[in-house]
Amino acid sequence: MTSSEFFPEIPTNPPDQSQQKTLLVSHTSHQEPWKFKDYFTFNTDHKVIGIQYLVTAFLFYLIGGLMAVAIRTELATPDADFIDPNLYNAFMTNHGTIMIFLWIVPSAIGGFGNYLVPLMVGARDMAFPKLNAIAFWLNPPAGLLLLASFFFGGSQSGWTAYPPLSLITAPIAQSLWILAIVLVGTSSILGSINFVITILMMKVPSMKWDQVPLFCWAILATSILALLSTPVLAAGLVLLLFDINFGTSFFKPDAGGNVIIYQHLFWFYSHPAVYLMILPIFGIMSEVIPTHARKPIFGYKAIAYSSVAICVVGLFVWVHHMFTSGTPGWMRMFFTISTLIVAVPTGVKIFGWVATLWGGKIRFTSAMLFAIGLLSMFVMGGLSGVTMGTAPFDVHVHDTYYVVAHFHYVLFGGSVFGIYSGIYHWFPKITGKIMNETWGKIHFVLTFIGTNLTFLPMHELGLQGMPRRVAMYDPQFISLNQICTVGAFILAISVIPFAYNAINSWFNGESAGDNPWKSLTLEWTTSSPPIIENWEVLPVVTHGPYDYGHQQDEV
Amino acid sequence: MTAITTDKHLSGEHHEHPDLRVWGLLTFLVSESLMFGGFFATYLFFKGTTSVWPPEGTDVELLIPTINTIILVSSSFVIHLGDAAIKRNRVGWMRFWYFITAIMGAVFLVGQIYEYMNLGYGLTSNVFANCFYLMTGFHGLHVFVGLLLILGVLWRSLKRNHYSAIKHTGIEMAEIYWHFVDIIWIILFTLVYLMNAF
Repeated sequence: MTSSEFFPEIPTNPPDQSQQKTLLVSHTSHQEPWKFKDYFTFNTDHKVIGIQYLVTAFLFYLIGGLMAVAIRTELATPDADFIDPNLYNAFMTNHGTIMIFLWIVPSAIGGFGNYLVPLMVGARDMAFPKLNAIAFWLNPPAGLLLLASFFFGGSQSGWTAYPPLSLITAPIAQSLWILAIVLVGTSSILGSINFVITILMMKVPSMKWDQVPLFCWAILATSILALLSTPVLAAGLVLLLFDINFGTSFFKPDAGGNVIIYQHLFWFYSHPAVYLMILPIFGIMSEVIPTHARKPIFGYKAIAYSSVAICVVGLFVWVHHMFTSGTPGWMRMFFTISTLIVAVPTGVKIFGWVATLWGGKIRFTSAMLFAIGLLSMFVMGGLSGVTMGTAPFDVHVHDTYYVVAHFHYVLFGGSVFGIYSGIYHWFPKITGKIMNETWGKIHFVLTFIGTNLTFLPMHELGLQGMPRRVAMYDPQFISLNQICTVGAFILAISVIPFAYNAINSWFNGESAGDNPWKSLTLEWTTSSPPIIENWEVLPVVTHGPYDYGHQQDEV
Repeated sequence: MTAITTDKHLSGEHHEHPDLRVWGLLTFLVSESLMFGGFFATYLFFKGTTSVWPPEGTDVELLIPTINTIILVSSSFVIHLGDAAIKRNRVGWMRFWYFITAIMGAVFLVGQIYEYMNLGYGLTSNVFANCFYLMTGFHGLHVFVGLLLILGVLWRSLKRNHYSAIKHTGIEMAEIYWHFVDIIWIILFTLVYLMNAF
C-alpha cells in the first residue's frame, strides 16, 4: 500500500480562476486510500470505476457461464430432457446477451479502459469523472433487469431479438431485455465520450502521438465506433419497444411494416459491436507481447493505424449477417468485398505480433501464455470468419453450428483469453500483488483444452447441417455434441483455479513492486496500487512505450 | 523507459485541467445525431417502398409546422444574442435573450401539441403515422430537454457572479444544444412535411 508521503501536495491557495486565461476545472481531491466500502459507492476515481467494472463483469460472466453449462448439459442428448425448451431458449438468449453486454464489453472497455487509459497517457483522471461513475452505475440495473425478466418467462428470441419472434414471445420479458440493452448502450456512449476526450486532449504534454501506447489507440478506435453505432441500435430497439407495447407496426409485415429494417438497424450496431469486443483486446495484446517478449513492437504505426482502419471499414460490413435475408445480389457483392477488406487490418496486427515474438526473449508468464493462446485461436476464428464473409459459403452454413464455432473462437478464444491475459498482466499494478504462476498455468491449460474441445467440433456439426439455437437435434449429431459438452464442463472447472488464484493472491500474494515486468509504459512509473491522483509529480516521457533492448534497463 | 522528474513546475496545476465540457457535448451530439439518423433511415426506407406515401387519410398539415419552424429557427439567433451578451459581461441581457428563447421553445411545444390534437389520426393508424409521431415526438422531447437547460441557465444566473465574460461554459453548452435541436428540426421538417406536401 502507499504511504502518505506519496500523496500530491494540495495547494492551500488555489489560483483565482477568474484571473486565468483558460478556464480550469478543479478535482475534488481525496487524500486517504480507498477503503473496501468505497468500491460499492458512487465513486469518481477512474481506478475505482475500473475495478468496479471488472468485478461486476466477472460476476455476470459466472452467471452467463452457468447458463452455458445448462445449455451444454441439455445438448448432451438429442431430446429435451434436462430443462424445458422455453427455459432453454431463455438461457440461450440471456447467455449471449450477458456475455456480450455485461461481460466482454464492460470488462474490456469499461474495466481495462478506465483503469489504464489515464495512467497510460499521464492524466490524473478521466476528463469527466462524474459522467464516468454514472456510466458504470447504469450497468448493475441493466443486469438486474435481465435477471428479473426470468420471472416473466425470460426473453427467448436470441440476443439478436429479430421480429417477428421477439414481438410474439414473452412480451414483458422482451421489453425488460430492451430496457437493459438501452441502459448498457447509454453507458457505453457516455464512457466513450470520456475516452475520446481523455485520449485526445489530456495526454501529458511530453508524450508525442507516436509514443501513445497502442492500448490507447485501440480504445480510441473502439470509442469512436461505439459513439457512431450504438445510437442506431437504440433507435431500432425503441421501435421494437413501441411495436411490442404501444401498438405501432414498424416491424409487422401484415400492417405495412418491414422486418428487414430491424435487421439493418440491429447489425449496423452489432457488427461494429464485435470490434468493440476485440479492439480493446488487440490493445491488450500489443502491451503484453512486447513486454513479455522483451522486444519493441513490430510496426507500431501499422498496428495503431490498423485500429483506425478497422473502425472505419467495420462500419460498412454489417449486411454480411443478412446474406440470407432476401438481400439483393449487388448488396451481397458489395458486402462480401468490404468484409474481405476488413480482414486485412486485422491480419496486419497478427503479423505485427508474430514478428514481435520472432527472436524475442520470451518469458512464458501466464499473461504471455494467454496472449499466445489468443493468437492461435483468433487466427482460427478469423479464418472461419473470412469463409463466412463470402456470400456463397455463408448461404450454406448460415444459422448452423459453424457460426457458433466461429464466434466463440473469436469471442472466447479471442476476447476472453485477452481479458485473462490483461488480468495477469495488470493484476500487480491494480493490487500490488503478483498472481501465482503455477495456478495461472493450470488455469491456462484447462481453459485452452476446454475451449478447443468445446468449439472445434462445432465447425463439423455446422458443416453437417446442425441448426443453432434449438434445444433438440437429430440423433446423428450425438457423439460430437457430447465432446462439446465435456469441453464445456472443463471450461466451467477452469474458472475455479482462476478465481481462487485471484482472491488468494490479492490477500496473501507476493508483493509486486512498482514494475514487476520491467515494462516501459507510463502506468508502471507509479506505485502499485497507484496513489489517488496517480502520480505525485506527472511523469515526463523520454522514450517510446516499447523501446525494449535499446537502453540499459534491459533485463 | 520513462524518467520521473522532480521538477515541480512540470506537474502543472495540481488537480486541475482545462474545461473540456464543450468538447464532450459536441462528441455526444455526434452520437445523438446518429440516433435520429436511424429513425430517418427507417422513415426513408418506408417512404421508398410504399406506393402511396403518406397513405390516404394521414396527410400532413403545413400551416402550424411552418410557423413553428420559423419560431424555432429564429430562436437560434435569439439565443446567440444571449451568448454574445455574456461575452461582453452583460448578464442582464443574457438573461433577457435566454428568457425570450425559452418562451419561443415553449410556444413551439404548444404548437406541436396543438397540431397532434387536430390531425385526426393517432400513433397507431398506419406506418406513416407511427413514424410521424415517433420522430416528431422524439424531437419534441429534445426541445423539452433544451428548454430545461435554458431554464437551468436562467436559474443559475440569479446567483451573483455565477457567470461572467470568461466563465460561461454552461451558457455555451445550452446554446450548442439548442442549435442541434434546431438543425435536427430542419431535416425533420424537410423529410416529413416538405417532401410530402408537394
